Amino acid sequence: METDLNSQDRKDLDKFIKFFALKTVQVIVQARLGEKICTRSSSSPTGSDWFNLAIKDIPEVTHEAKKALSGQLPAVGRSMCVEISLKTSEGDSMELEIWCLEMNEKCDKEIKVSYTVYNRLSLLLKSLLAITRVTPAYRLSRKQGHEYVILYRIYFGEVQLNGLGEGFQTVRVGTVGTPVGTITLSCAYRINLAFMSTRQFERTPPIMGIIIDHFVDRPYPSSSPMHPCNYRTGEDAGVTYPSVEDSQEVCTTSFSTSPPSQLSSSRLSYQPAVLGLGSADLAYPVVFTAGLNTTHTHQLMVPGKEGGVPLAPNQPAHGTQADQERLVTHAPSDGTHCAATPSSSEDTETVSNSSEGRASPHDVLETIFVRKVGAFVNKPINQVTLTSLDIPFAMFAPKNLELEDADPMKPAFSKDDILPMDLGTFYREFQNPPQLSSLSIDIGAQSMAEDLDSLPEKLAVHEKNVREFDAFVETLQ
Amino acid sequence: MNCRSEVLEVSVEGRQVEEAMLAVLHTVLLHRSTGKFHYKKEGTYSIGTVGIQDVDCDFIDFTYVRVSSDELDRALRKVVGEFKDALRNSGGDGLGQMSLEFYQKKKSRWPFSDECIPWEVWTVKVHVVALATEQERQICREKVGEKLCEKIINIVEVMSRHEYLPKMPTQSEVDNVFDTGLRDVQPYLYKISFQITDALGTSVTTTMRRLIKDTLAL
Repeated sequence: METDLNSQDRKDLDKFIKFFALKTVQVIVQARLGEKICTRSSSSPTGSDWFNLAIKDIPEVTHEAKKALSGQLPAVGRSMCVEISLKTSEGDSMELEIWCLEMNEKCDKEIKVSYTVYNRLSLLLKSLLAITRVTPAYRLSRKQGHEYVILYRIYFGEVQLNGLGEGFQTVRVGTVGTPVGTITLSCAYRINLAFMSTRQFERTPPIMGIIIDHFVDRPYPSSSPMHPCNYRTGEDAGVTYPSVEDSQEVCTTSFSTSPPSQLSSSRLSYQPAVLGLGSADLAYPVVFTAGLNTTHTHQLMVPGKEGGVPLAPNQPAHGTQADQERLVTHAPSDGTHCAATPSSSEDTETVSNSSEGRASPHDVLETIFVRKVGAFVNKPINQVTLTSLDIPFAMFAPKNLELEDADPMKPAFSKDDILPMDLGTFYREFQNPPQLSSLSIDIGAQSMAEDLDSLPEKLAVHEKNVREFDAFVETLQ
Repeated sequence: MNCRSEVLEVSVEGRQVEEAMLAVLHTVLLHRSTGKFHYKKEGTYSIGTVGIQDVDCDFIDFTYVRVSSDELDRALRKVVGEFKDALRNSGGDGLGQMSLEFYQKKKSRWPFSDECIPWEVWTVKVHVVALATEQERQICREKVGEKLCEKIINIVEVMSRHEYLPKMPTQSEVDNVFDTGLRDVQPYLYKISFQITDALGTSVTTTMRRLIKDTLAL
């Protein structure tokens, strides 16, 4: 709902919302890279840190976010969503969480845009930093490596929660009222992976325990996330992130549609889309983006003059006006951002000054992804233990160390010569054991009175033998 | 103006006390810290940048975010360490609480000293449990991690209400609202205190005082 917001306030508000959306994506994706984040405080404002928070900008992530937004802003009915999913080395994938940046119609007409809204957006980003560490996907992402990787996908429009499975939970990060609507940030996350594991395998530790115990295997001692070897080509220094148009050309020629998976239909969204259709449907491995971080961030750092522009000379004013303007001057004019197809001048904002035509990490990434998707096929589940469970995530079940031998699993308590059968057969055979004789109907039919009648006789016998019992007890001590 | 009060409760093993308290205190202070103010002429100011960093707990399956300020971290670790020692030495039920209080200073005329008016108080009640086996400890690692996740969500929910915050001060008043003594960040003025309590929630020292009084009264 529009109010009598003056044009400067409106312009400021749009800018705040846009950069808030971009920073939100950065925080979420960086929290799923699998490594600890550390940025430095600076007592002097650098002029390049929106919301007075040191949140690095991974160029690829900014690029994808802008591509998804396509010059639009989150509004009523138009939400910006960041989908986090997990993909195993066998090609199976599963959505873990959806982060939603939405706008509703509830307006706060009295609120000051350049001051209160800005500060509250800063607070909301801090809340997002905290909340991204407490959802289950965080611990999964810290353990990603050879067995699985964490992917992200950004889309704009209607929120799609179908892929989260039943009983997903939501957590609200926070809200900020503005004169044009209330910004809401929330997360819906899957819980049924853990649920399945604890329900089906009662003896095993919770899902987090399984992952920690069995699937953390980092051959390299460094703290950075594991990349597949062919991803490392993206870490060359000075590699230039291509313009949007370049990547679109590459993508349209490199991608092909893949056969749909046997799993839920939402997985189809992971098929590489032919770009140029508008929104960014492609899921990018989060691990890969970490490799792109350092050089580009360094090149993006622009030493700025001190911020601080008088807004209201008589009172302390929030010194962000200059910051905004400086950031705007980095980028092309707003007109370019609003265009449906980003022009090549977008490069000046997201890309460093180098403009070599070398093969970009993005090219490599796309190519690799196509190959990976080739593995995204129906696969028979080899493990007998999981036949009846219908979950393809065999890796999230406890498995025998000799799995690679392709021998069926044997019960841990069984030896070959006594009970030579596999676990599935054992389970089926013994899942309906016969009733205990003490619980049979004949015994149960005895009345309480009969039991009581026989008690004195039994007591008399025990009293007679009391010395024997005492001697027995003494031998135990 | 009423002081806002929030209470959180955690049950932890002895070696988890420090990390659990630091996780909660740092999360609150992350939201209640800003960059350093730089005042200019004409009464305007600019704000520095707050860095953030992840901290992995050693005894809890948990990671929290804190502001990148070693000074602030050292100050919190010092008082949390004292609290942990007091808990351990109390020999009581293993119950205690820490309070993080945000306040404003109100200048008073001489000879009266400045008044400290709290506007938000976070109280964390701690119950220390003793565990016997390694398996119990492993389960406790995970359970306390899950509980801390809930506490962080509670804290964020309070922060998102956008309730009273002190107004941004002029240069002459900034020390009445913010702690300007740190080099890199600027939290709101705060103080941290703790007390060891017995099962009824009363302070141990209060109980001792009452016992002695009762004894003398006989």
